[in-house]
Amino acid sequence: MIGIEHYIVVSSILFVLGVLGIFLNRKNVIVILMAIELILLSVNINLVAFSAFLGDLTGQVFAMFVLTVAAAEAAIGLAILVTYFRRRGTIAVDDINRMKG
Amino acid sequence: MIQVLAFYLFAIMVIASGALVVLARNPVHSVLWLILAFFNAAGLMILVGAEFIAMLLVIVYVGAVAVLFLFVVMMLNIDFAELRAGFVKNAPLSVAVAVILLAEIVLGIGAYRVGLIELGTPDGTAAPILGESNIENIGILLYSRYLFLFEMAGIILLVAMIGAIVLTHRESRAVRAHQDITKQNMRRPEDATEMKRPEVGQGVEL
Repeated sequence: MIGIEHYIVVSSILFVLGVLGIFLNRKNVIVILMAIELILLSVNINLVAFSAFLGDLTGQVFAMFVLTVAAAEAAIGLAILVTYFRRRGTIAVDDINRMKG
Repeated sequence: MIQVLAFYLFAIMVIASGALVVLARNPVHSVLWLILAFFNAAGLMILVGAEFIAMLLVIVYVGAVAVLFLFVVMMLNIDFAELRAGFVKNAPLSVAVAVILLAEIVLGIGAYRVGLIELGTPDGTAAPILGESNIENIGILLYSRYLFLFEMAGIILLVAMIGAIVLTHRESRAVRAHQDITKQNMRRPEDATEMKRPEVGQGVEL
C-alpha cells in the first residue's frame, strides 16, 4: 500500500530537481522562476500528503496559502522581468550589477 | 491495486516532467512540461483525497501562472541560446549540490523510519468531519479558524496585482494628448491670432 514515505520521496525528488534547475540555469531568470514553482509544488505535495495521512486539514489550508504566495510571487517576478527587459534588452541575471549591491 | 498503479504513474510523470522543465532547451517547452507536472501533482493529491487543493492547483497554476509564464516567454524577444552558455560549465557543481541535498533528505527519511524522529500527533481540532466532502471541511476551517489568514491572502494578492500593474504600466505620451486647463484658460485671442492688412498686390509674410 502507498504510505506517507512514498509521497515524501516524490516531493523530495521534485524539490531537489527544483534546486538543480536554479543552479543549472543560472543565467535564465525565467527558468529560475519555473524552478521555484517546482519547489513550491513539492512543498505543497508534502503538506497535502501529511495532512491526509495524519487526518488534520490544517496542511491543506496551508497549502492554499502557499499557492497564493506562489501566484503573487510569479506575477511580481515576471513584472520585474518585463521592465528589466524593456530597459536593458536582455534577461541575463548574472550581469545585473547596476546597483553595485 | 489500481491506486498503487495510479500513484506510480503520477509520481513517475511528475518527476520526469519536473526534470524536463529544468533540462529543456527551449523555455516554451519548459513551461509546457511545468503544466504537465502540475496536472500530475494534482492527480497525486486526488489520490489522498484532497480534491479541493488538486482543483485549485489546476485552476491557479495551469490556468493562470503557467499561462503568465508562457505569455512572458513568448512576448519577450530573448536569445535563449546565449542564456544557455553556462549550462555545461555549471553542471558538475549543480549536480553535486543536488546529490548532497537528496542524500540529506534521504537521511532524514531514514531517521524517521527507524524511529529517531517523532512526528507530532494532531490534536484533532482540525480533523475532517466524517461524511462531509473535502471542500466543505476546508471551508468550515477556512472561514472560522483561519479567517484572518484568508483575508491576509486576499490582501497579498491585491498588493501583488497593484505592484505588477505599477511595474509594467507604460504611459504612452505619443498617443495621449496632454490637456492643461490653466494654459487653455490663459489663451487669449491676441496671442493666438494676428491681424494683417496687406497692400493691394502684395502677399502676406507669415
